[in-house]
Formats: sequence, structure tokens, C-alpha cells
Amino acid sequence: MVDFTFWDIFRNLLLAARWTVVLSLIAFIGGGLVGALLLLARLSRIGWVERLVGAYVQVFQGTPLLMQLFLAYFGIGLFGFNVSVWFSVTLALTLYTSAYLTEIWRGCVVAIPKGQWEAAQSLALSFGELLRHVVIPQALRIAIAPTVGFMVQVIKGTALASVVGFVELTRAGNMISNVTYQPFTVFACVALMYFALCYPISLYAQFLERKVHASRR
Amino acid sequence: MQIQLDFAAVLVQWPFLLRGVLWTLGLTAVSMAIGMVVGIACAWARSSGPLALRVVVGAYVELIRNTPFIVQLFFIFFGLPSLGVKLGPEVASVIAMTMNLGAYATEIIRAGIENTPRGQIEAAQSLALNRVQVFTRVVLPPSLKRVWPAMVSQIIIVMLGSAVCGQISTEELSYAANVIQAQNFRTFEAYIIATGIYLLLAIALRRALNWAGPRFIFGR
Amino acid sequence: MPAVAETPIAASAPTHAGAPIVNITALRKSYGTNEVLKGIDLKVVRGEVIAIIGKSGSGKSTLLRCINGLEEFQDGALTVDGKPLLHDSAMAMRELRQRVGMIFQSFNLFPHLSVGRNIMLAPTLVKKTDKVDAAEHARKLLLRVGLAEKFDAMPDQLSGGQQQRVAIARALAMEPAVLLCDEITSALDPELVGEVLRVVESLADEGMTLLMVTHEMSFARKVSDRVIFMHQGRVHEMGPPAEVFGNPQTPELQQFLSSLHD
Repeated sequence: MVDFTFWDIFRNLLLAARWTVVLSLIAFIGGGLVGALLLLARLSRIGWVERLVGAYVQVFQGTPLLMQLFLAYFGIGLFGFNVSVWFSVTLALTLYTSAYLTEIWRGCVVAIPKGQWEAAQSLALSFGELLRHVVIPQALRIAIAPTVGFMVQVIKGTALASVVGFVELTRAGNMISNVTYQPFTVFACVALMYFALCYPISLYAQFLERKVHASRR
Repeated sequence: MQIQLDFAAVLVQWPFLLRGVLWTLGLTAVSMAIGMVVGIACAWARSSGPLALRVVVGAYVELIRNTPFIVQLFFIFFGLPSLGVKLGPEVASVIAMTMNLGAYATEIIRAGIENTPRGQIEAAQSLALNRVQVFTRVVLPPSLKRVWPAMVSQIIIVMLGSAVCGQISTEELSYAANVIQAQNFRTFEAYIIATGIYLLLAIALRRALNWAGPRFIFGR
Repeated sequence: MPAVAETPIAASAPTHAGAPIVNITALRKSYGTNEVLKGIDLKVVRGEVIAIIGKSGSGKSTLLRCINGLEEFQDGALTVDGKPLLHDSAMAMRELRQRVGMIFQSFNLFPHLSVGRNIMLAPTLVKKTDKVDAAEHARKLLLRVGLAEKFDAMPDQLSGGQQQRVAIARALAMEPAVLLCDEITSALDPELVGEVLRVVESLADEGMTLLMVTHEMSFARKVSDRVIFMHQGRVHEMGPPAEVFGNPQTPELQQFLSSLHD
């Protein structure tokens, strides 16, 4: 029976953690782009578009991410496409992220006082000019802290990709634990690596939140 | 290209799905009850306790909030046995869900407590209430009312997160869907139906908790 | 039946040339089942200064906000400079708002833009004014309201009175024909009210058409050509300030005026 050192375990987990980071970034950036488009759609004031985006958000926020991953993986395969794990996982996580981000950002836009909208309208600005020059610059300021904070949720979400076979940190943990018969050490290590990724981001988001709060006094 | 979807093959297994739903709700109910007590206790500790306690609770909260739930679950179910603590899947799931909700509840309730207007506490103290009474009767109920929407949202997140417990063979809804599709190969249909049920559960649970909160937890 | 006491303008105020710049006929507005404007008739001549007074809830601000389309009305007609108000046409609303400016009780300056950029924003976007010309125009307007040195300041660095004067400059930058003032001094500390009223008075002297909802009665008396007293959604009394303040005809107006002196 091979004896595995702590360093063996740590090294292999670290290699797998690469994919956690890559997947998180793709989901966050992709989700951000889709989320921004959805936000604009929602601000269009066209009734059915608003309702559709609202339903989209409700579905993604009201169902388990695990099921979303399953459906992406098995659902696309249904249409005959030979879908790779990479594609279905990034698709599911991107859509998941887009739903949450668009809702966070919508909250920031709604937080802008009505008087700002009215002043801009009274100056004969068109709806597009109003959004671009008055509302969105202000909403952006408030949006940075919760957006950064959501990155933590995305990183944690990538752990579920392990269930459909994507080899990232958690799956590596499973595999290494089975080989080394040291589940306590392995999973403690896995947890600490996620902590090392997420905690600094959480602290940064809290810092940003305090900054925004202070400047609004 | 024809896609043949056969939902009936899955729906005919409704007793099995129902069993999964009941397990999901049961797990959620237990972790909600214990988790909120943990949250209240830790929130109190973090805002008014001695320094050592505050640090320990802080570490617990940050550890849970910055690691994925599935890792917490695997640690408890696979990791603890090598320390001699062997747990069944259901117990492990409840412990994991409770600890998870407890950490988030701590922060949510702590925000509520710290937003209590100073005057309320001063009035209670002037009426000669002791510290425990001030906390349980004057500070806590309005705090819970204040943060109830956030608390409900977190409970629903934990309920949806329980889907992961199926991975360690806890017989909740996602496990039921998995078993069904393993037998009749209706993978997509099984998962779509389970997802739909989760959505309905989320909506129903939100309504139920919003209804129950004012009645049983914090007074109108 | 409320009495509408109207004294012919020609008899007691300077004449103003031209057709009415704002013409309101039988205007009705409701919020759901609650009718807040119950049939308003009003003609405003170019260059007139009109003060609208009344208790809170009488519909004063709502009437003002109907004129620039921030509120929609259900019945009646409203034309500005001969053109009727069309809520459905964004184009028409934009054109209307180039001719009608508004100053708000809570200033509503854009906090992320400097004072100068606040004033320049609308002319550069809507009138497609060149940036250099817009900046020059903005500086002139700031000089006019007494804040020439504040071009690069941010709104949160200014006092309430200064912010409101910037708001006036911002509205003037669009060169409107009519200015609507919605309780523009109500949110100001008393010692800052004067500086704002002085600017408004100078606008009136220059011949700007002004409709002001105000609680500053002595100012209204001094500066306005006509005073309108609104009560429960109707124009209750109307006339030159000397008549309305000195000789109130209806018990509602008498009660309102006496309550001010308490």
C-alpha cells in the first residue's frame, strides 16, 4: 500500500484548483454579460419582456443549482449534440450567475431616487440618455460591492460541477480521498483551499460596502 | 430529428417522488428549527459575548460562509469517520444543513439585533428588566421581524441546497429522481419534473414561512 | 359651490402680448378612485408670474407636474405654446420639456457630475450643443445665479441654497419658455431661502413665465402678477395678489390665510 504524504495530497488538489478558478472566471464574466443584457431588456418597459426576465430569475433562484447542472448536461445531450462536460457546466453556471447578477443590479437601479429620473426627464433627456448618463453611473457605484460578493457564490457553485464529472477541486478531493484513505485530511484541505479563495474576496466586498456607505453620508 | 419525451413514465412513480419531497421538507424543517436556535445564540455571542467566544463564533461563521456546502457535507460524512465518528447519511445531512443555516442565520440575526434602536434597550433597562429579559423580550422579537425576509430567503436556499444530500444517498427528492431515471432511463424527464417540484416547494415554502413568522415566531 | 373670484387681469396688472403660452381646459386627474384635480381651467400669458397657494393635498403640485407631463391626466386638455400634450409620444414629450423647465423641492442635482457638467448635460445631449459652447453658457448661467466659482465643485460640497441655485441654472440652460417651481424653498434652512428667491425675482423681472407653487406668501405677494388659491382639487379663488391676500372672498381662503399667521 502506497503511503501518501501530505504534500502529495496538497499538490494534486492545488492542480485541480486551477480548474475551479478558470470555471469561476468564465461563469462570472459570461454571467455578467448575459446579466447586463437581461437588465437592459428589463428596463425596456415592454411588458412581456419584463415578465419573461422576471420568470427567468424566479426559475434560477427557485431551483437547486445541482438540478440546473443535471438538466444542462442531460438535456442538451437529448438533442443529439455530443455535449462535453465543459460546455454544459459553463452553460449552467453562466445562466445561473446571470440570473442572480441581473437581480442584484436591478435592485441597484431601483435604489436610485425617483427625483433623479424626474429631473432627467424634465431636462428633455430621452430614456436611453437618462439611463446612460444619470441612472446607470449612479447604480454602478452601488452595484460593485454586492457584485464582488457574489463571486464567492460562483466559486462555491463550481464545487457542484464535480457531481457531473467535471474535475475541479471537489472532485479531485473525492478521487484523492478514495485513493489515499485519508478523507479527513483531504476534505479539510479542500475546505481550506476554497476558504483561501473565497475569504479574501468576501473581505474585499465588505470593504467596498463600507466605502460606499461612508461616501453616501 | 425526433425527441421522444415520456413524462408519464416518471409521473407514475409519484409515490417515490412524494417520499423524496417529504424527506426534503423534513430535513429542512429540522435544520431550520435547530439552525435558528444556533443562529440566535451565536448572534448574541457575537454581539455581546466575551472576546474569546466572539472569535470562535466568527471563525465558525466565516468558515461555513466561504466554503461550498457539498464540501461541508463530504467532510462530515466521509471525513469524520476516520476520527471514529461514523454517521448515517440522514444524520450527516441534518448536521451539515443545520451548521450551514446556523452560520448564515447568525449574521442575519446579528444585523437585526444591532439595528435595534438604542432607546428600546434603555427603556427596558429603566423598567428593571434583567439582561436575559431585555434580549429575549425587547430586542429579539422586533429583530426577527426586521430580518424575517432575509431569513426566509436563506431557509429556501438551504432547502434547495439539500438536493446535494442525495449524493450521499439521503433519500430526498434529487435522490428519488436519480433512482427513477436509473430504472427507466427517462433522465431528462425525471430531472425536469424534480426541478419543477423544487420550484413549487420554494414558492410554497416562502408563502408558508411568511404566513407563519408573524404568528409563531415574532408576533405581529 | 366654490366661488371662483376672478378679476380681469387688464385692469390691475401690466399687459402681456400674445396668446396664452399655457392653456388648460377642464383638466381632471385621479389616482385610482381618488380625484385630485376636479376640472381646472387656466390660461397663462407669456411673461406672467403666477403663484399657486393652498393647503397640502389641494392638488397644487399635481397640477404643476401635469404641465410638464410628469403626471398624466385623464380628462380635459392642456396645450403649451399651442401644442397639445401627448403622453404617448416620447418625441412630443421631449419637445415639450425643452420649452418647459422644472425646479424641484429636493433639487435633484446629479450627484456623480460636477456642477458645470450638471448644467451642460442636457444642452449637449438634447440640443446637440458643442461642448465648448455649452461650458461657456454654463459659466454665464452660474455667474447669473451668483455661483461663478463653483463650476468644478461637486453637488455634495454645496449648501442647500447653492444646490437649488445650480438647479435653476441647469433648467435655464435649456432656455425654456416656462419655468415650473415646485415648492423650491420648502426644503431649505430659513437663512438660505433668500438667496434662491432673489434669483427667482430677477427671472421674473426679465420677463420669464413662471408658475410657482409656494408657501412664501410675502414673496408671492411681491413678485407675482396673479395668485391662484387651490382647494380640494379646484381653483377656488384667483386674482392679483393685492386682491387675493387683501380681500379674500371665500371662507376657505380666509381660513387658509389666517392659519398662516398662527
